[in-house]
Amino acid sequence: MTPNTSPYLSPNKMLNWSKKNLFSSWVNTIMTVIALIFLYEVGTFFLNWAIFKADFINNFRGETITDRTFCSKNIEVGQHGACWAIIFVRFHQFMYGFYPVEEAWRVNLVYAFLPFALIGVLFDKLPLRRVFLYFTFAFPFIAYFMLYGGPGLSVVATNKWGGLLVTLFLGVTGIALAFPLSILLALGRRSNMPIVKSICVVFIEFIRGVPLITLLFTANVMLPLFLPEGVKPDNLLRALVAVTLFQSAYMAEAIRGGLQAIPKGQIEAAQSLGLNYWQTTRKIILPQALKIAIPPIVNTCIGLFKDTSLVLIIGLFDLLGIGRAALSDITWTKLYYEVYVFVSLIFFIFCFGMSRYSLYLEKKLKTDNS
Amino acid sequence: MEQVIQLEKVNKWFDDFHVLKDIDLTVTKGQKIVVCGPSGSGKSTMIRCINRLEAHQKGQIVVHGTELTNDLKNIDMIRKNVGMVFQQFNLFPHLSVIDNITLAPIWVKKLPKKEADNIAMTYLEKVKIPEQAQKYPGQLSGGQQQRVAIARSLAMNPDIMLFDEPTSALDPEMIKEVLDVMIQLAEEGMTMLVVTHEMGFAKTVADQMIFMDEGRIVEQASPDEFFNNPKSDRTKLFLSQILNH
Repeated sequence: MTPNTSPYLSPNKMLNWSKKNLFSSWVNTIMTVIALIFLYEVGTFFLNWAIFKADFINNFRGETITDRTFCSKNIEVGQHGACWAIIFVRFHQFMYGFYPVEEAWRVNLVYAFLPFALIGVLFDKLPLRRVFLYFTFAFPFIAYFMLYGGPGLSVVATNKWGGLLVTLFLGVTGIALAFPLSILLALGRRSNMPIVKSICVVFIEFIRGVPLITLLFTANVMLPLFLPEGVKPDNLLRALVAVTLFQSAYMAEAIRGGLQAIPKGQIEAAQSLGLNYWQTTRKIILPQALKIAIPPIVNTCIGLFKDTSLVLIIGLFDLLGIGRAALSDITWTKLYYEVYVFVSLIFFIFCFGMSRYSLYLEKKLKTDNS
Repeated sequence: MEQVIQLEKVNKWFDDFHVLKDIDLTVTKGQKIVVCGPSGSGKSTMIRCINRLEAHQKGQIVVHGTELTNDLKNIDMIRKNVGMVFQQFNLFPHLSVIDNITLAPIWVKKLPKKEADNIAMTYLEKVKIPEQAQKYPGQLSGGQQQRVAIARSLAMNPDIMLFDEPTSALDPEMIKEVLDVMIQLAEEGMTMLVVTHEMGFAKTVADQMIFMDEGRIVEQASPDEFFNNPKSDRTKLFLSQILNH
């Protein structure tokens, strides 16, 4: 018997673990050492650059940074890291675009309530979930009123929207609208009705066969043709239509993969119990198919969220577009790393969040012992 | 005797393959019919035609006086009254045992959840696994799953039960627990049409044996006559093959 039989992590155990996994052979030991050196070098370099040697609001002399010439690294070469002042000074643009400063509270309110609109959908064991779901359905109207304006609030045209606001608006709305559409497309593609089926196949294949940029251009130019004379949809709405159609085609294919994995016996069992097509679809097929399709669905969502930055080519300023605008500002130019690292970080937070949520969901929906 | 199922000159093709050839069969209320035959003989297809999981192309199938056609209303009505148990159980893996059973009573019969739960528990007790109600199918043994499948079917209160090789996918030691439930069901007077190779079960329960081969009913007789004095050579050969081991 060994004296130390505690199943919990002890220094002894860690030592054993690293012996077994990190230093089991000469090759392994060398690889471990190289990897550690590499991690250390990269880590310290990045932390020094991003935090310890960086400027935030003041430079190393204690002066407030108002343009790039005040950045420590532009005063004394080699000794200094990032100059985050560009983010602080232009923070409003990163978050709201050209939204009027005095109206920014409206956007903040929408940002603050967005999580409450989402949690009812995302977590089914939530207490008072029904109340949250009512809020979820009301939220688009509230958000539209708050962001765009209406009776009692001044109108802020969508060409003033930008930054994270546009990214979130296109990402969240695009995914939310595409989800039901994609389910219908996926079901339609497997339908026995030839006309429904061909419409869905043609739609999906057409959208998938065309780059998103093309769709954005097309929506920009073609959408007005389908609308009555005089109605001029704004750019953001056109982009939203393109993004939604694009996403729905991809999501439909992800869901179709899930549908195909459902054994025929499931449908037969449901039918033999007397369930009709829609009952079978809703209670038996979709819950299982969507569960199987969670990883590819989330994949397309993450893809779409990042692809929203392509709207900068039709003149909208999403987070990345705002970042590029900041860089083209003569007072801040050349601070590429700061801007791109910051923009990446924001994108990463949202995408990583989606990825973690999908893992949580897969775990939660597991019903067998495997 | 009241006739509950009538098949008249039923023919079915899978593309070019002629699976059912001029099938004639009458089932009266309370009758237990066991169908056997080599694989590919059309026995599963025949009973799957009775609740329209397969469509026949020629002939007539009448269940409870309603003829099976493409009319969805008739199909739905017949399915409500005809229960089916599958070889692969086909339980819904994303639903707990009790939700598997209450699904159709709640959605098809529009029963309140509470009443459906009570019905489900009654049938779970009948198949002797009430303690598994909250588990998921993936956590049960094959025999338990098949018993849940039987309970799920019974919860719709069908007049007729179709069994499509209910024990073929089970480990030998679990076959008995499923057959016991089926024997009990037979004793209670359920009309049953069972495709199986369990000849012991057939001898205990059946009041009519059917032997099928190459899409035809080759022999139809009482169990006594079927096992002791089969008429056709094909039946004799089949019986000698499945009984002598």
